[in-house]
Amino acid sequence: MSGLRKILSNWLPAYAFLYIVFLYLPVIFLPIFSVNTSASPKFPLSGFTLKWYEELPHTPALLDAAWNSLMVGVSAAILSTVLGICAARAITRYRFPGRRTINGLLMAPLVLPEIIVAVSMLLVMLQLGLSLSLVTVVLGHVLVCIPYSLSVLTSGFEGFDRSLEEASADLGESAFGTFRRVTLPMVAPAIISSLLVSFTISLDEFIMAFFLTGTESTLPVYIWGQLRFASKLPGVLALGTLLLVGSFVLLTLAEILRRRAARRTQNTGGVFA
Amino acid sequence: MTAAAEGAPALRPAQSRRTSLLQSESAQGFALISPTFLYALVLLVVPILVVIAHSFWTQNYLTIDRTFTLENYRIALTEPIYRDLLMRSLRISLLVSFFTVVLAYPIAFYISFHGGRHKGLWLFLITIPFWTSYLLRVMSWKVILGYNGVLNSGLLGLGIIDEPSTALLYNTSAVVITLTHAWAAFAILPIFVSLEKIDRTLIEAATDLGDGPLRRFMRVTLPLSVPGIVSAILIVMIPTVGDFVTPRLVGGKDGVMIANAIQAQFGKGANWPLGAALSVTTMAIVTMMAAATVLIIRSAARLAR
Repeated sequence: MSGLRKILSNWLPAYAFLYIVFLYLPVIFLPIFSVNTSASPKFPLSGFTLKWYEELPHTPALLDAAWNSLMVGVSAAILSTVLGICAARAITRYRFPGRRTINGLLMAPLVLPEIIVAVSMLLVMLQLGLSLSLVTVVLGHVLVCIPYSLSVLTSGFEGFDRSLEEASADLGESAFGTFRRVTLPMVAPAIISSLLVSFTISLDEFIMAFFLTGTESTLPVYIWGQLRFASKLPGVLALGTLLLVGSFVLLTLAEILRRRAARRTQNTGGVFA
Repeated sequence: MTAAAEGAPALRPAQSRRTSLLQSESAQGFALISPTFLYALVLLVVPILVVIAHSFWTQNYLTIDRTFTLENYRIALTEPIYRDLLMRSLRISLLVSFFTVVLAYPIAFYISFHGGRHKGLWLFLITIPFWTSYLLRVMSWKVILGYNGVLNSGLLGLGIIDEPSTALLYNTSAVVITLTHAWAAFAILPIFVSLEKIDRTLIEAATDLGDGPLRRFMRVTLPLSVPGIVSAILIVMIPTVGDFVTPRLVGGKDGVMIANAIQAQFGKGANWPLGAALSVTTMAIVTMMAAATVLIIRSAARLAR
């Protein structure tokens, strides 16, 4: 028995380590080959260069795509966070019939095949005679971002002590004053975290953008187009690396804020400190 | 009205105030959630209904003929090409969900039982690659598995193989490997949550009653974590069946999946009703397959106990 336990306790950490390697290894190859002098990604590495990165700012199509991605990401993040705030507040604060059903509906895009969601939206847009543009991409991205916004915001709003708001009102603070001085400081980290997460999802999202965009492309759609040309691969790897680093930074920030939000609402003593 | 009010003067006001308060509570909640709800209704539910409607119609060049027909479903279910693509997609998503869950379980177990103070950090480490672009992750597998890719050139350099292997890219196993990697984190989270919920005293009780680690795991921990396994399977199996990036980038001719056919119907092929019927068929069949898998797992868990 103790022998088995010994094997298990040695085996599990080793497995956990290997698993992390399996998760990260493929992703690590993007930055490695983005600074390699050879145009095709193979071993042995031929030498260090930054030329693939230097070429990036001189590609007008890429700059357009980056600008489009930024606009789409910011709009989708704001919209999905506003919609997420409404839903998360309603779900954590009120009891009403159909609460679970609506929550399930809002989370559904997470478990539906993305292509089916994208194709259905495309069909409706075309039927309505709406021309495809970055606006339709934003509409699609908001739908995909809502589940993430909702879960980040719900975890931030949960355990929010309502008596604090009531106390503020009893002490003569106006409704707006209560919101600004009591509610907002407590939920702000969750809101910012939701904004960052939705922005990152939108920045990296491909399928919705691919189906719902007109002539303008976002960064992933641009990358998809470039993948057909083998000679463009190093540039794509460099761009991919930048996207990875950007996503990583934004998500780390979001996680730190989400944890802070969770701590604040649970440990109400710290709010006024 | 007045007679009734006079009949119970003491009771009525209190009761009506309570119901109106309750009503206003639910009304407020409903009003608050309604923008989000309407958004999902208009951009998710209505479009899916439109797709279902289209699947019963036909298309003549650019005009949609709205007479009811089952012809699209006949094509979707009996044409060998679509039948083969659908069967392959189902097989791939079944394999992917199996591998993902089997690989994820020990990690979730490790974090939950041995994670200690660093549980949050572990979860963060594991979810990070999942949050980053899916397209980029698929692309990195193309870089690894390619003819002149990392794996081939690495193995050549080490002298393990003499010429690049073509067995690695552009087939079904490349699709399965890539998808298993892409969905890993999604399986870990639900399993982790269900393991966290297990009352640790039950495991102690099993130990006190003389169960060894393996028996204890098989009879207590594993059956109690079935809800997590079930949601992991659902969360992986249903979306993977509709993947079209992975088959396009690493699948080659043998790895084409049903989503590629759906995409073609909405792109160059331009037969919306057929594309709609393919979408509906895929959803219906994968839901049935997922339900069957869940039933089998649940009954297996009951037997194990």
